[in-house]
Amino acid sequence: MSPSFEIQLVAVIVSAACALPGTFLVLRKMSMMSDAITHTILLGIVLAFFLTRDLNSPLLIVGAALMGVATVWLTETLTKTHLISEDSAIGIVFPLLFAIAIILISRYAGKAHLDTDSVLLGELAYVSFDRMVVFGVDIGAKAIYTSGALLLVNAVLIAVFYKELKIASFDPMLAAVMGFSPTLIHYGLMTLVSLTAVGAFQAAGSVLVVAFMIGSPVTAYLLTDDLKVMLPLSAGLGALSGVLGYQCAYVLDVSIAGSMAVMTGIIFVLAFFFSPTKGIVRGLLRRRAALTRVHNNKA
Amino acid sequence: MIEYDYAVEVHDLTVAYDKKPVLREVSLKFPKGKLIAVVGPNGAGKTTLIKAMLNLIKPVSGLVIFKDSEGAGLKNKIAYVPQSGSVDWDFPATVLDVVIMGRYGHLGWFKRPGKAEKNMALETLHKVGMQGYASRQISQLSGGQQQRVFLARALIQQADIYFMDEPFKGVDAQTEKSIVALLKELKGQRKTVIVVHHDLQTVSDYFDWVAMLNMQVVANGLVEEVFNEENLGQAYGGKGLLLKGAV
Amino acid sequence: MMEAVLSLLGDYTFQIVALGSALLGVISGALGSFAVLRRQSLLGDGVSHAALPGVAIAFLLTHDKKTEILLLGALLMGFLGAFAILGIVRHSRVKFDSALALVMSVLFGLGLVLLTYSQKMPNAGQAGLKRFIYGQASTLLQRDIFLMMAIGTVLLLVVILFWKEFKLLSFDPEFAAALGFNTGKLDLLLSFLLVLAIITGIQTVGVVLMSAMLTAPAVAARQWSNRLWLMALLAAVFGAASGVAGTLLSSLVPVLPTGPVIVVCVTLIAAFSLLFAPERGVLHRVYRRLKNRAQFQTARESKI
Repeated sequence: MSPSFEIQLVAVIVSAACALPGTFLVLRKMSMMSDAITHTILLGIVLAFFLTRDLNSPLLIVGAALMGVATVWLTETLTKTHLISEDSAIGIVFPLLFAIAIILISRYAGKAHLDTDSVLLGELAYVSFDRMVVFGVDIGAKAIYTSGALLLVNAVLIAVFYKELKIASFDPMLAAVMGFSPTLIHYGLMTLVSLTAVGAFQAAGSVLVVAFMIGSPVTAYLLTDDLKVMLPLSAGLGALSGVLGYQCAYVLDVSIAGSMAVMTGIIFVLAFFFSPTKGIVRGLLRRRAALTRVHNNKA
Repeated sequence: MIEYDYAVEVHDLTVAYDKKPVLREVSLKFPKGKLIAVVGPNGAGKTTLIKAMLNLIKPVSGLVIFKDSEGAGLKNKIAYVPQSGSVDWDFPATVLDVVIMGRYGHLGWFKRPGKAEKNMALETLHKVGMQGYASRQISQLSGGQQQRVFLARALIQQADIYFMDEPFKGVDAQTEKSIVALLKELKGQRKTVIVVHHDLQTVSDYFDWVAMLNMQVVANGLVEEVFNEENLGQAYGGKGLLLKGAV
Repeated sequence: MMEAVLSLLGDYTFQIVALGSALLGVISGALGSFAVLRRQSLLGDGVSHAALPGVAIAFLLTHDKKTEILLLGALLMGFLGAFAILGIVRHSRVKFDSALALVMSVLFGLGLVLLTYSQKMPNAGQAGLKRFIYGQASTLLQRDIFLMMAIGTVLLLVVILFWKEFKLLSFDPEFAAALGFNTGKLDLLLSFLLVLAIITGIQTVGVVLMSAMLTAPAVAARQWSNRLWLMALLAAVFGAASGVAGTLLSSLVPVLPTGPVIVVCVTLIAAFSLLFAPERGVLHRVYRRLKNRAQFQTARESKI
């Protein structure tokens, strides 16, 4: 496999893997939680690194996922005091955890290749450097397998718990009455989001993971009224912006992840204006048609 | 005094949000197979009572006992119709989707709804006069239609006790009539229906039993026995006088 | 220790940085009060990310790295971003949180694309540009301080001038409209001030931490007062205090980045306020609940 094909493959897999749990974040009006989690997992990684002193340890992923869930829990605990609103709680919690992470990194981890640059910005271009070797045979970039596993886990879990996620997102009270604990489902989903963020941010960086998690689902939200369609559509749109973004970045020689995020934005803008059911243009046409009708009736 | 066969009993229920208690030592018994209205002024704790009975909020103290239903099977014996404003009607789901959700409790974890559930949902939609809307997206419904969908979703649960939070809120006269007809039908099947109700004018027409609430229980009994001016005055304070026409 | 602090206070660089951080605290505290009350706390996060392409475009167009020019670019882009968010919410069924997340991440991506593009230009050396992502209080110059002072003065004057209107708008926009105020224009003005405050703060604490500077002082102040003017005033004081404290700490302890330390300070103030404020604080409420329960018990026992 050529490096450029590998990068595109990873881009496609990562954006699709992000879009699946992201769909539920959008529907549950928790989009900004993805922003919070993608930043705070850094603290989880740093703390786990201090424990293990090994940048390749799987404990780093565990630490990151735990910190993601802790972020959600802290935010909710603050909101439950009714002293501050939910958005304020997010606005306080995640910068604090992120600030602590940066302080720890700059003080103690200077030599450990744990720099804020790669966390905030990510770099997809390097994925083909890290190879997966089985029995001495190179079977492709490692990132293909890690992100592939991520996509598989997300797809399987969402398929298995589709019914539960749907009812807990639409009407949590009914879910509670029926015995599907909304809290359990909520934290399950948030664990999935944290894991996905960990898996994706190495390739894309914190902020751009937000674009993959929220961007494509929001676009799909403007294109369909059926959750069963929205999920694969989000993943597909994510994959599309992955490929187009890479091609663009290749031509202009610019940041791949950034270019993918821009593609996500362009596809959204297209849907925003030209969605066959909910687009701005469609609305304008309808209004004009109604006006002509009124006019004709008068005549 | 006649002893009723009670479906649910509430003992000494106290619920508080932060500073202010919303319900204070409420004890109530609701008889089986009756249409029951829960009335009271704004902030009297009507919705809170229902939510506490459904275990959706945690009371400070007190006990709720459902008769003939033991713990595990309980969740399938109870149906709940929340206020229609409580969900996001932009959610990507069709009318049929939402009604099928009523079967989720019976399906339990993992199991998917299939043909049987779909047919049941279509039948129930027919019952509430929404058969033509099955594949409609829920954001395209009027207030009355939304309420009918919620009602269909509750009916399909085939529960013994129905809790409804202001089902008549924001619906047209036509829908109100058909909801009342459905309530009577449920009563015919010996179901217990507990409704948070706002419109005092219609209490005597629609319901058999009324619980009058103002943080505490003012009265609880047959409509013809307890729905009188004295109790109304007590529940609604001075405003009771304005409601003379209601009785 | 005392000696170190004293010699530091006389240090010119320290004075500049501390003054800058304090100014940032005042500005973001006062404006943040409105953001928090209007449930727009996260707008700080959104706008600061969305401003990045503005910085890059300004540099690409002018080949200049002067703070004023880059800030102007950031300001225009930040405002455009805020505008896009509100436009998406108004004209589609997308909710505020999703629109915010979408716009900020996409524009940040655009900023990255432009930054990597500008790297290939002569005179690139993007240190000045990257400063906007991470914020570097220690690179503040005297001219930056003058700029912040000027912006701060204008901001506060406008807020004082439109005090009554902003108060009404934040509390009950529909009522304000019913009274005949042009809420659309007021909303625009307040958003503009907010964006201006955010952009001014970015170079000190960076895009990620800016949301804490906007939110935490206001949240802390809210716990101590039920009055808007006192809340805004306290928020400004809290913001300034954490700015100075953060600068002091990071100057005394080696390798301690200023921005994050300021954020930790301001969050500590918020945490302290949430726990210990009279009437509203968590501790006070626990105490009251225990007292209530005791009263409830005795009342019950005396009944029996």
